[in-house]
Amino acid sequence: MSRFFLTTNPINLDEVIEIVLKHASIQSKSTGSINAFLGVVRSPNLGKRVLRLEYEAYKPLAVKIFQQISSEIEEYWPGVTLALHHRLGILQVGEASIAIATSSEHRAESFAACRYTIERVKQIAPIWKHEFFEGGHVWVEGALADPKNKQLREETYQMSCK
Amino acid sequence: MQITVLLFARLRDIVGTSELTRDLPTGATNKMLWDLLNEEFKELKKYDDIVSVAVNTEYSNMNEILQDGDEVAFLPPVSGG
Repeated sequence: MSRFFLTTNPINLDEVIEIVLKHASIQSKSTGSINAFLGVVRSPNLGKRVLRLEYEAYKPLAVKIFQQISSEIEEYWPGVTLALHHRLGILQVGEASIAIATSSEHRAESFAACRYTIERVKQIAPIWKHEFFEGGHVWVEGALADPKNKQLREETYQMSCK
Repeated sequence: MQITVLLFARLRDIVGTSELTRDLPTGATNKMLWDLLNEEFKELKKYDDIVSVAVNTEYSNMNEILQDGDEVAFLPPVSGG
């Protein structure tokens, strides 16, 4: 199973953690800390009862962007390892849409890199959620995706270290 | 030259298909392709300032000059995670 992956199957956090541990071990990195993050479908959202979400992605570009985020992490926190799985298709309330695992020798780096990763995914990964709520549905539109925006990247790094 | 266009999320809903092809003159840019689609699908206009573009699965910009056979994806603001 690959470190960067988009799937319509339910997310398995244990598997993501296993992958990150295995990869760190192959690279002979010393691991003393793992951070795991799950994003889950929320209801109510903005005062409305959510029925379900439908995620779609431009998959080949999304995988490249996950790899780019991994390279960015390597620059900021050398020695940190990342694995990231994103769910696609129909998700019910409470289901996980994204799993992120970061590992490092000491805890500060894996905490920061994990936070950085979820923020960067929301900024630049070509993935969209279609929210179906009571009384209607809407494509959620967040950030204009600009992976080359250095200022945003730097601000995200600063925020992740707080 | 023949260009394949991929559309996602709300942009796909507006255009009514996730993939189409268009003929463009040599030297055409992403912007020219976007403008061409704009003429056909007026609702795209409101995405003028917030659309991103990728060519052959790499993020690009509106001024990039296209080559015959390129695959261009227009991306509305993203909402993953």
